[in-house]
Amino acid sequence: MAAQTVASTTNTVTSPDSAPSVDLGPAAALSCRECGHRVPLGPVFACEECFGPLEIAYDFSAYDTEELRKRIEAGPANIWRYAPLLPVPADVADKPNINPGWTKLVQADNLARELGVTGGLYVKDDSGNPTHSFKDRVVAQALEAARAFGFTTLSCSSTGNLAGAVGAAAARAGLRSCVFIPHDLEQGKVVMAAVYGGELVGIEGNYDDVNRFCSELIGDPAGEGWGFVNVNLRPYYAEGSKTLAYEICEQLGWRLPDQLVVPIASGSQLTKIDKGLKELIELGLVEDRPYKIFGAQAEGCSPVSVAYKAGHDVVRPQKPDTIAKSLAIGNPADGPYVLDIARRTGGAVEDVNDEQIVDAIKLLARTEGIFAETAGGVTVGVTRKLIENGLLDPSLTTVVLNTGDGLKTLDAVASDTGLTATIRPSLDSFREAGLGS
Amino acid sequence: MSVNVRIPTILRTYTAGRAEVAAEGGTLAEVIADLEKNHTGIAARVLDDQGKLRRFVNVYVNDDDVRFEQGLETATPDGAGVSIIPAVAGG
Repeated sequence: MAAQTVASTTNTVTSPDSAPSVDLGPAAALSCRECGHRVPLGPVFACEECFGPLEIAYDFSAYDTEELRKRIEAGPANIWRYAPLLPVPADVADKPNINPGWTKLVQADNLARELGVTGGLYVKDDSGNPTHSFKDRVVAQALEAARAFGFTTLSCSSTGNLAGAVGAAAARAGLRSCVFIPHDLEQGKVVMAAVYGGELVGIEGNYDDVNRFCSELIGDPAGEGWGFVNVNLRPYYAEGSKTLAYEICEQLGWRLPDQLVVPIASGSQLTKIDKGLKELIELGLVEDRPYKIFGAQAEGCSPVSVAYKAGHDVVRPQKPDTIAKSLAIGNPADGPYVLDIARRTGGAVEDVNDEQIVDAIKLLARTEGIFAETAGGVTVGVTRKLIENGLLDPSLTTVVLNTGDGLKTLDAVASDTGLTATIRPSLDSFREAGLGS
Repeated sequence: MSVNVRIPTILRTYTAGRAEVAAEGGTLAEVIADLEKNHTGIAARVLDDQGKLRRFVNVYVNDDDVRFEQGLETATPDGAGVSIIPAVAGG
């Protein structure tokens, strides 16, 4: 088959504007998603013309589809099998890195029966990553960019999962880490971030306050030499979410799912999953056919869902109040793009309340043996609601994302989950409790 | 009213590299107009063609996001700190 040239819809190029000064594989330049202004690869994230987000523009022009497919299939069982499609050097798999990805795509037949899904239901279970959330995927990209730009400290603003992923990646790479979190995070997440030995700083405020602080630190001499994975390295970091799309399609036998249900915090993950699917189509790795992307939020932080239902193009920020803290971003920077994608693909954006989130966590655990963090409760809960509302077609192949491990948010289910009975160590006591067969 | 405005890195070409500049005005709109007077071109970076705050710009007066206040009509008391920050995402 002839070499495929990826079209401009995925922000790619056939030839770089100028040779990049750093080796980040097929990454050719940074391009503004809003106005198209282009700048060389560097640690910048906002367009100097319009403040719009900068994205990686690629040169995929040399790839032959079948050779690329073989190369991917022969690659390591982690995200680096997709290195030809990521902003990383070709030898990335040889460097010290926590090597995330290639997590299980669980065929969820029991959950499908409960929800009335007949077309095939799958859970992409990213709790299987090294620090038990999808954040390892994005941090791995940012780490390569940090190396390329010579940063010596890896940092981030975080709702918890990212803090752990940065701490672990920096530890393996031998870099200093210093990360910032809201001071009132779940204890489990604090421990899982602090254990890697980096510096962990609680900020008196919510995630949006932490994010604002980090943005200001970047412009200050105190933050010089710091690579903030989700701020000044964000264009590189965000690309890691494309690997979810790649893996889902490859695990389905190089086939697009009909429907995906994706959680929304900043909206970055959902937009990059869409980008990844479009790349696979344009590279000829999957058949071009329609797919729908559905966004899932918690009612207590639902700015994108509210805007979707109101028919708005702009997202009005909210003050978050939900147990789904990993999704508690009240001012989601990629919210408008999520609205575009949900509408373009024929999907929707929906939200569920805290009680429904807990019910969904238990439902997934009870039916499939997967203990999801609250974000997974949001996607499963929203899937159920979308089916009830007739917005998600149960006769089509559907993939639901679980982006983190339930051990990170034990508090959410601890209050009404516990012992069935307490008995004496005797058979009589066992029988009296009605536990025998 | 005199306020201190924190300038993000990508706008410092308009302020001769300075990270913080002084400006006058009783509302955010007046402060931006005063910034434009002394640092020509900066307003068009912060405001869109309709004169509204650009979608990917966040502005804080002291610690308050002006989108939760009165937007460009948010009061800027004497001595207030105004921060202009590109919107970023993460989690």
